[in-house]
Amino acid sequence: MRTALVLLFLLAVAAVPGSIIPQEQVDPSAVAAFRNRHPDLAPVFDRLGMFSVYSSIWFSAIYLLLMLSLVGCFIPRLRVYARALAARPPRAPRNLARLPAYDTWQTPEPVDTAAERAAQLLRAQRRRVEVYRASADGEGAEVVVSAEKGYVREAGNLLFHFALLVVLVGVAVTSLFGFRGGASVVVGEGFSNTLIQYDDFTPRARFDPSSLAPFSFTVEDFDVSWQRTGPGAGTPVAFNAALSVRERPDSPPYDYDLRVNSPLDVDGTSVFLVGHGYAPDVTVRDGHGDVAYSGPVIFLPQDSSFVSFGVIKVPDAAPTQLAFEGYFFPTAALSPQGQPYSAFPDADNPVLSLIAYRGDLGLDSGAPQSVYVLDKDRLQRFTTPGGNPRALLLEEGDTAKLAGGAGSITFNGYSRWVKLQISESPGTVIPLAGVVLAIVGLLGSLFVRPRRTWVRCRSTGGRTVVEAAALDRVSGGDPAAHVAEVASALRPAAPRPAHQLPDIQEVRR
Amino acid sequence: MPPTAVGPAERDAERSDRFGRIGLSLTVLGLLLHTAGVVCRGFAASRVPWGSMYEFAITGSLAAAVAYIVLVRRYSARWLGLLVTVVLVTLLGVAMIVLYRPVAPLTAALHSYWLVIHVSAAAIAGGAFTLGALVSVLFLLRSRLEAKAAANPELPRPGFLWRTPSAEAIDRVAYRVHAFAFPLWTFAVLAGAIWAQYAWSRFWGWDPKEVWAFITWVAYAAYLHARATAGWQGRAAAYVALVGFATFLFNFVGINLLGSGLHAYSGL
Ligand code: HEM
Repeated sequence: MRTALVLLFLLAVAAVPGSIIPQEQVDPSAVAAFRNRHPDLAPVFDRLGMFSVYSSIWFSAIYLLLMLSLVGCFIPRLRVYARALAARPPRAPRNLARLPAYDTWQTPEPVDTAAERAAQLLRAQRRRVEVYRASADGEGAEVVVSAEKGYVREAGNLLFHFALLVVLVGVAVTSLFGFRGGASVVVGEGFSNTLIQYDDFTPRARFDPSSLAPFSFTVEDFDVSWQRTGPGAGTPVAFNAALSVRERPDSPPYDYDLRVNSPLDVDGTSVFLVGHGYAPDVTVRDGHGDVAYSGPVIFLPQDSSFVSFGVIKVPDAAPTQLAFEGYFFPTAALSPQGQPYSAFPDADNPVLSLIAYRGDLGLDSGAPQSVYVLDKDRLQRFTTPGGNPRALLLEEGDTAKLAGGAGSITFNGYSRWVKLQISESPGTVIPLAGVVLAIVGLLGSLFVRPRRTWVRCRSTGGRTVVEAAALDRVSGGDPAAHVAEVASALRPAAPRPAHQLPDIQEVRR
Repeated sequence: MPPTAVGPAERDAERSDRFGRIGLSLTVLGLLLHTAGVVCRGFAASRVPWGSMYEFAITGSLAAAVAYIVLVRRYSARWLGLLVTVVLVTLLGVAMIVLYRPVAPLTAALHSYWLVIHVSAAAIAGGAFTLGALVSVLFLLRSRLEAKAAANPELPRPGFLWRTPSAEAIDRVAYRVHAFAFPLWTFAVLAGAIWAQYAWSRFWGWDPKEVWAFITWVAYAAYLHARATAGWQGRAAAYVALVGFATFLFNFVGINLLGSGLHAYSGL
């Protein structure tokens, strides 16, 4: 117990740093920012595992030790419990008056009758009862009724500790199988569950890629609404995506209304709606006047006003490749300093602000490139006739011509896109069932109060002296109330001072 | 003095009983008004009134007030009244002055019946933890007084603390309150994990709020163990319970105000 207590403290203390220092699993970009701010501290933290506390060696060591000590406690206690279940309620201690709850009285009944009534009473209270006959009949005859109740407490306690092991094993199992990935899909486009369609994909240790469920879906529509007035203006109130889902390539499609808190579940794979954004729709013409690109481009929201950053790469433009980088403002407004910003997350006044480049996009080198980052090493920026760099500001329908007849870009409008998280986590019912079992066990272990009761009946001088006593095996109970209840049920009549004790006739009447 | 007159001790007890009853009646009146306030907030927002720090604070303190009345009925715990009312009035004052925000709609992620299940369990458990901490404080004060009195039997015995039950009896009440709160807290954390699976696509992600819920859970588990460990019963266990309450408070105040994380519902 002392070991468990110390380890519990250690576990609590060890969990603290992970809530203060940014964690790789929780927010990788915060970790990167922290590294930039504290270049001296970061290597030390790396060595200590401070950026991934909950999978660090020392954190794992503590909970594994805790579990080890739990097993070490559990097995002997299981044996003790089995023995206790098989045993009869124990004999009475010699001196009942020393127990925390005690009462005594006299009765004209014979010893056996008094004991029998006591046994009946205690059995009716669903206690396990044993009657011990201590000595022969007649003067000095003694019968002791032993009763015990509350075996469920220890069972609950054992169940609780066992359930903690189930939780831990369950968590270990779920970390082996399945995967987790993300995909961004523009409204109107589709997704099929194959590796190449994922933006990011994290398989777990024993994941088998051929086991991906063969479903696909199209994002037919996406609705989002924001609170427009009042203190919560700008809060997203609801967003939902209308999907048309096929479980298999040849099965008929069905509709699904995908919302936060309401994931799509297909064959054990879950699809969650975790975010959304704008995809400005542009048409880019090159120096020959040909359409080199046309369609929506995903821009990433930068904050809750949905100012979105994005990159448009046009490798097919001739004679030189073209690229654009800039911001989409859903409700464009100008700050007093002349800076554009977005006054509201909804697209009330969409404006695209882009800087144009030409040159070599560097896509031929074979090195993988992010679609959200422009490699500017071999690109030149377009400037105004005067030689100044200038952002192109486009409202819906506007076209901007690039200098020197290099081409043009048209802002046709915008689509929305949804960020989906797709994951398969087999075995999560194990830890969940573990926690439910733990709660059930806990209720038993906290609210059941084991109690031993003894009633000793001894014949003295033609009368029977009855003693009742109770002992709680855990604190928090009120054994005195129990003894008082037993006494009032068994006692012949209202207690009177000894010199007024009723005679036998009076009691029998 | 008429011959039937009672002695000064009885008179004192009667007087204190009368004031005790008045105090309790006023507390019940306060509880009714408090309930009305919480219900009205719910109607104003057209939803359960626990979507922001202000709302959680008024609902959680209502749970603590109800738990106090339950204790009074079951264990005649009127001796707790002074501490409970002082703390609850302070809490409500802080809620009104610092945390108050007008009714606002919930963010989309909170549109779920799990809000009702998870947050109500957390608020009730939080109310009970608050009460448990107060009982533990009283236990510590009283047991120190008893230790002093044992060392010095001549000590005069006036004052509020000598009107409370024995330290042992207070400790029993503290245990019962915590024994009620701990399984409920376990359930609140479980419900949160299940909700997180629906809302954020994972049961447990070590978000700061989740970390501190876990720490609170471990601390109260340590309290229950301490009570069963030789050498840790009594005052040491009570201190562990207070540590548990401090972690709960930090999760509510510290993480909401400082922390980022996904639980960004404070409304501040
Ligand atoms: C995450 C780890 C653990 C948690 C959360 C936990 C929780 C609990 C709880 C809530 C109780 C009920 C307290 C009571 O009956 O008064 C309990 C009792 C107990 N635990 Fe644990 N426990 C853990 C680990 C352990 C370990 C590792 C051991 C073994 C060394 C242990 C030994 C015991 C014993 C002997 C009891 C019985 C106390 C009694 O009969 O009152 N526990 N535990």
